[in-house]
Amino acid sequence: MMKARVVVTLKNGVLDPQGKAIEGALKALDVSGVASVRQGKVFDIELAGADRSAAETSLKAACEKLLANTVIENYKIEIA
Amino acid sequence: MRAAVVLFPGSNREGDVARALEQATGHKPAIVWHGDHDLPAGVDLAVLPGGFSYGDYLRCGAIAGRSPIMDAVRKHAERGGLVLGICNGFQILCESGLLPGVLMRNANLHFVCKMQHLKVERAAAPFTGAYKAGQVIKVCIAHGEGNYEADDATIETIEKDGRVAFRYCDEQGRVGGSANPNGSRNDIAGIYSEKFNVLGMMPHPENLIDPLVGGVDGRGLFNSLAAFRQAA
Repeated sequence: MMKARVVVTLKNGVLDPQGKAIEGALKALDVSGVASVRQGKVFDIELAGADRSAAETSLKAACEKLLANTVIENYKIEIA
Repeated sequence: MRAAVVLFPGSNREGDVARALEQATGHKPAIVWHGDHDLPAGVDLAVLPGGFSYGDYLRCGAIAGRSPIMDAVRKHAERGGLVLGICNGFQILCESGLLPGVLMRNANLHFVCKMQHLKVERAAAPFTGAYKAGQVIKVCIAHGEGNYEADDATIETIEKDGRVAFRYCDEQGRVGGSANPNGSRNDIAGIYSEKFNVLGMMPHPENLIDPLVGGVDGRGLFNSLAAFRQAA
């Protein structure tokens, strides 16, 4: 069994109203030093088998087919 | 006109759109389950109704856009068959790649539920033949993610090819500014596919077909579809 983490983030330049709202809330809470916030998603995925390259292929397919909308999002795959 | 309405888990406007189709065409549309692999034989129009398919999990329309019936809807569209996606249906069409771009969270972060005026940008069969170009119609909107976005090249192509179906406007037909309820690029409320046989729109024409609920401007869309089939 392998564990992987997929991080999906908005591409640069894509407006992120949720991130902006969070940024505003942090500033309202007087959290110092916050310049900007972008919100993303994290998927923790368990993979059967032990073949790293097969796992990478599957995760890439998962990202391209479903986890990320590549029109607006980037993804990053980390295998533990 | 033979229509089929696709039912996803979490759809909730299928009854409204079925009623609007029946009013215009005289026939009840077939209801097709999202897990089916085929549309009923002889269907001219596939409708993806509004709602919250899969609870908007992951991204609005993301999971529904990859359900088994969507392969059949894609093949139907490739053959030139008509596809109409309303609200969540528009999100599903974008997620499945049948229409370009994406519907983002409303710029003001609010779920917007109100009457909304639209400018008919293109008045032509099969979807909008019963309207006049530039006509202002009153329908309603109810969405949290209707902020249409696409990259600059895509927006340019859509505009150049006249593929904007409707734009948000005020009662006088003025486009832009506060008449835009969600921050949508170029005030886009609905767009067509390259061959103009797929229409995705955020507003709900199916809810404005009865004077009892404030107007009948939505009828034009369904009457256009009914007339198109009769002429064909």
